[in-house]
Amino acid sequence: MLRTAPVVLGILMAGPVVLGLLLVILPAFGYLPAVGRDEFSTLPWRELFSAPGIQQSALLSLVSGLVTPIIALTIVMLFLAGISGSKLDRLIRRLVSPLLAIPHAAAAFGLAFLIAPSGFLARLVSPALSGWQRPPDLFIINDPLGLTMMAGLVTKEIPFLLLMALAALPQLDPGRRVMMARSLGYRPVLAWLFTVAPALYPMIRLPLFAVIAFASSVVDVAIILGPGLPATLSVRILGWFSDPDLSLRLMASAGAILQVIISLTAVACWLVLEKMVGRIWRYWTARGQRRQFNGALLISGRVGITVAVMLLSASVVVLTINAFAGPWRFPASLPASWTWQHWVSTTSTLATPVANTLLISLTSTAIALVLVLATLENEQRHGSSRFTALWLLYMPMLVPQVAFIFGLVVFTETMTWQPGIWLVILGHCVFVIPYVFLTLSETYRRLDPRWVHMARSLGASPNRVFWRIRLPILLGTALTASAIGMAVSVGQFLPTQLLGAGRVPTVTTEAVALASGGSRNVIAVWALLQSLIPAAGFILALAIPRLLWRKRRAMQESA
Amino acid sequence: MSEHYLELRDLKLTLAGRTLIHVNTVVRGGEVLTVMGPSGSGKSTLLAAIAGFLPAAFTMQGEVWLDGTRIDPVPAEQRGVGLLFQDPLLFPHMSVGGNLRFAMPSGEQDKTARLKAQLDEMNLGGFSDRDPATLSGGQKARVALLRLLLSQPRAVLLDEPFSKLDTHLRNDIRRQVFTRLTQAALPCLLVTHDAEDAAAAGGQVIEL
Repeated sequence: MLRTAPVVLGILMAGPVVLGLLLVILPAFGYLPAVGRDEFSTLPWRELFSAPGIQQSALLSLVSGLVTPIIALTIVMLFLAGISGSKLDRLIRRLVSPLLAIPHAAAAFGLAFLIAPSGFLARLVSPALSGWQRPPDLFIINDPLGLTMMAGLVTKEIPFLLLMALAALPQLDPGRRVMMARSLGYRPVLAWLFTVAPALYPMIRLPLFAVIAFASSVVDVAIILGPGLPATLSVRILGWFSDPDLSLRLMASAGAILQVIISLTAVACWLVLEKMVGRIWRYWTARGQRRQFNGALLISGRVGITVAVMLLSASVVVLTINAFAGPWRFPASLPASWTWQHWVSTTSTLATPVANTLLISLTSTAIALVLVLATLENEQRHGSSRFTALWLLYMPMLVPQVAFIFGLVVFTETMTWQPGIWLVILGHCVFVIPYVFLTLSETYRRLDPRWVHMARSLGASPNRVFWRIRLPILLGTALTASAIGMAVSVGQFLPTQLLGAGRVPTVTTEAVALASGGSRNVIAVWALLQSLIPAAGFILALAIPRLLWRKRRAMQESA
Repeated sequence: MSEHYLELRDLKLTLAGRTLIHVNTVVRGGEVLTVMGPSGSGKSTLLAAIAGFLPAAFTMQGEVWLDGTRIDPVPAEQRGVGLLFQDPLLFPHMSVGGNLRFAMPSGEQDKTARLKAQLDEMNLGGFSDRDPATLSGGQKARVALLRLLLSQPRAVLLDEPFSKLDTHLRNDIRRQVFTRLTQAALPCLLVTHDAEDAAAAGGQVIEL
């Protein structure tokens, strides 16, 4: 049983991606028996390249895939370089996980309500400072250059990269490295950048590639914040794919392949950039520059991270205001009155999506947790077979969702599987498992082996040791991993929409569906719900160990 | 009760072709065999091999016999070999009583009554519901010893069990441990780099 766990895990990670990619290639060259096309041709490609504004769409995706990781990484690195254990640092470290839990769509809506011409920030300065009596005629949300979309992506990817970096850092013993460099006369920030950053970078390279793939192919954030005419490539692919005219699916498949090429191009550009920066770094290090720019770097890191964290936090606040706002004329900073009306009017449509969301996220997280625990326990018991294929875990994150999920839909249609909630759950597992594994594995492997040795020498079987010793000691981490898994599942838009064939509404699909033309107040209700479910997960993950171990001091300290 | 005895028959541990340890000896019930050597000499590996936790990098030749039965092919939990480390390693999520119950064989009658009697005898009366984290160093060491005894081992391996204790506690705990182990007539294997431990154990000494 246990020995099959890593195999199942590997198949679940690679299988759907490989299958989906293969099955999107055929329709891209004209072969799709389901719609009566069984002759290979290059027509889909010709159609794709003659679609209006296609170059601009592709370019937007590529630029977003590069600008987002560059800014996010720069801010994270500069912040880490300046970390000194101050109150601000500790606050930000504590906010990382909850901010990560906010689904992308909810954060995007919050940001939109914050910075739109009629948004909260404009209201705060109006009319006193700006003189605006009416929302200014500015193109902020859905701007044609995609700047707002990239800003939204940057703020949302910063917590992710920060968490990955914070998890990797202890292995590098940054304190000693910095101390050594400082004793050679380097100012603190430079000391960190020269001695810790080069060692940290390779450890967060895979997560960075995941950010590149995500930013170049994201759908929900692009629908909410991204440009409209033309939209990013991924949004247009989704449009063609969902079109009632089934023949557009061939062009959509060609688009999916183009999406993979765009994301790969972004990665390739990143690799070139990496080389250049590496060279500059070495040159800079070799010059022995010890003092210059220290203050500027320190301040820009702090400002960057603070702005990002404040934008995300303010997004949640603005969503809350909108969800309870009564009449709210433009220049007024706050609504004239508060009301439950938006919640009451949504109640009738609320039950199914909320129930679906809970069922899907809880089931997929449970499956992920069992598989990941079984894989890790297997490697502990049979030492040799350590699950090291990290790239396999990253596969669903490195390949654009739009590209392989269409292939999967083609597959399920060929197999005449009914789209529905089970297919959605299975699809979510593919994205939940990597996060659960990455959160749990390090702590699991690092647990002092003497605990297990002691328990076994006292006569406990391996199974008893797992249930009575290892699992309770690691309960806190397992619950956190589950909360993260749940948050990932709740935030999934594309797999839910496509594998459920639009018939499995969740809070996320409902929220995104309202993006064009929905009332702000109703959108806010859905987006808040979308954030509340993962938040509840995180609160439980923190509260359960505290309650359970309230009389066990050593467990409290580790939690 | 028949006497326990631990036999190491031509036991050889190698790491990447290099022999670390080669022993061929018998430890009788109530005797302590002390293995002394600098760190990295493989003395802890010897204990791991006997207890059944040899890291994959090492290879073991020879056989381990306990009370006339060969135990080296047997899973660790069925060997009847108890361990005492330098840290007491009381399971942090269980109470003192929970730790002790975890060690008691499942078929046993009157667990609660026996537990109470044993705790009283160890000067730990009323400690059953305590959180191990709130105990003093000496108390923790005594609970660890009691837990070991309650698991009814047929041999005991001690890995520098006193090295983390304060000097004034060390003699006290050392005396208690050896008294109880000799009383129970258990064959013991002690690994240490402290000559005082070896002297207090009073048995045969192997220097690596």
